[in-house]
Amino acid sequence: MPTQSLKRRNSDLANPIRQLEYLSGGIFADGELPTFRESLKKYDLGELKPGKLEILQINLGYMCNQVCEHCHVDAGPDRKEIMTRETMEQCLEVLRSTGAHTLDLTGGAPEMNPNFRWFVEEANRIGVQDLIVRSNLTIINANKKYYDLPDFFKENKVHVVSSMPHWTRGKTDKQRGEGVFDRSIQALKALNERGYGMPENDLKLDLVYNPAGAFLPANQQDMEKDFKKALLEDFGIHFNQLFAITNLPISRFLEYLIASENYEDYMYSLVEAFNPGAAARVMCTNTISIGWDGYLYDCDFNQMLDLKVKHPIKHISEYREDLLKDRDIIISQHCYGCTAGAGSSCQGTVA
Amino acid sequence: MSKTYYDPADQRKFGSITEWSEELGEKFFEYYNKVFEEGALSAREKSLIALAVAHVKQCPYCIDAYTKDGLQRGITKEEMMEAVHVGAAIESGATLVHGVQMMNKYNKLSM
Repeated sequence: MPTQSLKRRNSDLANPIRQLEYLSGGIFADGELPTFRESLKKYDLGELKPGKLEILQINLGYMCNQVCEHCHVDAGPDRKEIMTRETMEQCLEVLRSTGAHTLDLTGGAPEMNPNFRWFVEEANRIGVQDLIVRSNLTIINANKKYYDLPDFFKENKVHVVSSMPHWTRGKTDKQRGEGVFDRSIQALKALNERGYGMPENDLKLDLVYNPAGAFLPANQQDMEKDFKKALLEDFGIHFNQLFAITNLPISRFLEYLIASENYEDYMYSLVEAFNPGAAARVMCTNTISIGWDGYLYDCDFNQMLDLKVKHPIKHISEYREDLLKDRDIIISQHCYGCTAGAGSSCQGTVA
Repeated sequence: MSKTYYDPADQRKFGSITEWSEELGEKFFEYYNKVFEEGALSAREKSLIALAVAHVKQCPYCIDAYTKDGLQRGITKEEMMEAVHVGAAIESGATLVHGVQMMNKYNKLSM
């Protein structure tokens, strides 16, 4: 498991252009597999266009206390990119003007941004319906200054969405680092104690499952049943929903696929599982992704590939929903990750 | 370059057997897919049975396929290995139970 980001290691794949070359070359360049554009065309789906904006997903910075093997953000303690308060104010303005019902805060570990708590409180003042914080759980017990996060979440009615690759220690620690499982369990218990994820409580605690390797997630409902049973029986832990998310072949997960010689097989699996029903409902049609520096992207994955929206307006400071909705969504072969099987989005399956 | 009878890339081409006999190929895959649906046995149980049989038949394609299938279903490595042992136990049992035939023959031929 890598202990440093691709960027820190000066890896060739830290460069998004190199990643995009990889995703367009080989089996896609020689026609062995259809490109994502060709697959859309085959089912008369044409260009992907945004619909009504429902979700503002904001990346508060790439700094993280963990260095997960599969991380598509290439996040880690050595990443210094972080959103300023000025950019946050611009995001709040867009939240006010668009009436997007969901604010989805992600990172890195979003809690590590020094203005995180201020931002959450301000967003609540505007009155967003669903305020999601994507917490890696271990941040809660990483440092004394974060110990009260469960209380802060509760006070602000934050909807906590947390990664949990498996209900067993071995698989979780292999993907996310030594000791992550035990610390995650501890954090989940702390959240349950505040009412999170408990039956008949409004405080929502959802878990994200993504496969710990070069394979696709199983049926989301079946996995949810297995997770609920195991976490309750073994640890007395409750949660609301499980989101099964497919790993997209970018960044550190792409590095893993190439190094383990699983890249071609994985791309075959994604292409074979292409589901036009999922393609019609991909998250880039109702979400905009905002980078730590305020630039706009069709999704979090395009952000990591440095594919800014295909429109003259590229920054949150000049955001105009009425103009931006005419753009074409930028696609490449990584998009197959969102259209395989039941589909995949930051809110789980889509089809 | 060394050549082998088994090429991992051939597994992806399994569906192509239909090209040379469309009706039979389609019937086979329809049957195959039906077998693995949820039924009196769960799809998870069927996956483990398939993994055990794959080992007994020593089919490298099937071993790859049902190891991956098991991972996707959240089947643990301990469960997978136990399934392989079930296959191995039946195989060795099948050998050893013939020992009774050997004993019978031995006794019949001996004074």
